[in-house]
Amino acid sequence: MADLAAAGRQPEVLFWVGCAGSFDDRAKKITKAFAALLQKAEVDFAVLGTEESCTGDPAKRSGNEFLFQMQAAMNIQVLNGYGVKKIVTTCPHCFNTLKNEYPGLGGEYEVMHHTAFLQDLIREGRLQIAGGTFKGKRITYHDPCYLGRANGIYEAPRELIRKLDAELVEMKRCKSRALCCGAGGAQMFKEPEKGDKDINMERTEQALETQPEVVAAACPFCNTMLTDGVKGKEKEQEIKVYDLAELLAGAADL
Amino acid sequence: MQHLPNILFVLALAAGIGYFSRNIGRLVRNIRMGREVTPEGPRSQRWANMARIALGQQKMVVRPWAGLLHIIVYVGFVVINIEVLEIVIDGVFGTHRIFAFLGPAYNVLIGSFEVLALLVIVAVIAFWMRRNVLRLSRFWKPEMKGWPKRDADWILYIELVLMCLFLTMNAADLNLQQLGADHYTRAGAFPVSGLIAPWFAGLSEASLVVLERAAWWLHILGILFFLNYLYYSKHLHILLAFPNTWWARLTPKGEMDNLESVRREVALMMDPDADPYAAPAEDAPPPEAFGASDVMDLSRVQLLAAYTCTECGRCTSECPANQTGKKLSPRRIMMATRDRLEEVGRQRNASKGDWEPDGKKLLDDYISREELWACTTCNACTEACPVSIDPLSIIMDMRRYLVMEQSAAPTELNAMMGNVENNGAPWPFNQMDRLNWAQES
Repeated sequence: MADLAAAGRQPEVLFWVGCAGSFDDRAKKITKAFAALLQKAEVDFAVLGTEESCTGDPAKRSGNEFLFQMQAAMNIQVLNGYGVKKIVTTCPHCFNTLKNEYPGLGGEYEVMHHTAFLQDLIREGRLQIAGGTFKGKRITYHDPCYLGRANGIYEAPRELIRKLDAELVEMKRCKSRALCCGAGGAQMFKEPEKGDKDINMERTEQALETQPEVVAAACPFCNTMLTDGVKGKEKEQEIKVYDLAELLAGAADL
Repeated sequence: MQHLPNILFVLALAAGIGYFSRNIGRLVRNIRMGREVTPEGPRSQRWANMARIALGQQKMVVRPWAGLLHIIVYVGFVVINIEVLEIVIDGVFGTHRIFAFLGPAYNVLIGSFEVLALLVIVAVIAFWMRRNVLRLSRFWKPEMKGWPKRDADWILYIELVLMCLFLTMNAADLNLQQLGADHYTRAGAFPVSGLIAPWFAGLSEASLVVLERAAWWLHILGILFFLNYLYYSKHLHILLAFPNTWWARLTPKGEMDNLESVRREVALMMDPDADPYAAPAEDAPPPEAFGASDVMDLSRVQLLAAYTCTECGRCTSECPANQTGKKLSPRRIMMATRDRLEEVGRQRNASKGDWEPDGKKLLDDYISREELWACTTCNACTEACPVSIDPLSIIMDMRRYLVMEQSAAPTELNAMMGNVENNGAPWPFNQMDRLNWAQES
């Protein structure tokens, strides 16, 4: 972003990579897949790179409003400094925070989740996806809480799966009644409280009931939780957990 | 002496309504202990939500069986109240079936009340079976032991008895009408009580009058009792569902409020011109606490919600933490909030309105930290609630208190927050490495 700004150019969209997308080895693959799709569609995009910092979501959900607002204030200064108008992100937590919680603190942007952004690219004909790799495969989709219930986005990810010519099989609990993967509310960063079972195992079992070949996710944290769940069930050979960006990039041979 | 029944009736009515009003006054006073809230967003949308969710029962039918049964009891309750209006007028003025002049319309009214009464009886029995025979697990969670369980059953018994009294009254009335008894005008259609009327056919006119009067009196006294039972019961939802859905948030579920008190502090910290040695003004109010540790720190909407909760447990049955055996139950959060609010209220009653801290708090004494930290903030509970209660907001306000007032977050979360603070990510990675992915293959 800094380079573009120095050259006096304003990109079409800022890709907010997020902490998981920047540092987590599994999530970095999602980042690369999405970046490849953006390049294929010839989207003029930029990233903040080293100027990006945590949105503050995990701090806020842990109850640390101070830390959240400090993070927000710093990020908003950077974003407003570059005159950013439109943001796309692969993480529903970043998406929710940027879209819903930053405006009240002085950061007003058009914020999109990458599934909706990709849907638009396909609709506009800028990105062509042929089923190919995933044609006829059984794919079940896990609704991330912060995309689905939190922001009412249920259809964009499903439309992408249909574009793959794949067979979309729904879990019993899907859309507004989908079960959480267990990572939200900063649970990702701590051990769960005492109970009978881990939430990600419960959700993985629900996913496996649909006998899928692929479990599709749209959130790097859900991805981690479900990948762990599938490994826990010793099914990682037959069943893959992929982000929608990876599925599309795979279908486009990127 | 002729007017004795009328006088007794007016006294009973006044006592019933008076005691209920006193308790509603206390309820309003208790709710006003919470922080004031200004309703944001368009009012029209609030009215629409109330019409759709409370009046229209939209979210009840997400679970079709329970939804159908509930609509029967709900419609029965609302419609049969027209009959109560007639009973009250008759009771005050000593008339009998005052609306009989409506003729055919009256027949339709009474006929439909009867059909509804029968349907209510069927639904109430089905509800009882779901609780006590099928034993649906959400009715047998730990927080439902004791009073909550008894409360739920008693509501069903009271409704059953009221409906049976109503039909008995009509059956006796029908017999009296057929005998041409004095005072008992021929009016009304009795599709249901007509079926049980033959049971009483052998009785004398005097016995029938006793039976009819007894059922009439017990029915209206039962209704007054039930009205007053509400305040002590989870059943308050029949009234409070309406204001509660009106006050429910209009913003996306994912949006958490930005604390204004924190915003001011952060603005001050970021302001290069702020005077670092500035002392607060002499008359400045003491800074407010961050988050909530007791009911007074919660908002009035949250306290209203605590009274509105009817403990159906749909939130708890959808909660990922509860489903996997954790202690957290969103329903219990609401029940505990109400219990604590009632305790504070009782103390204020005893001390004629003042509140002296009693050494107890909502936090720890009613809601444990283990419960608060088990929440994934997934909003399954708020989605499931048929009357738009938000248990998550209470959990988050209490987490805020734990973290910002007590620095009492779990160790791992402290480590995570330390990372966010120092290197801008929840993990200990260098911010300078953020773009490394672009160089990797």
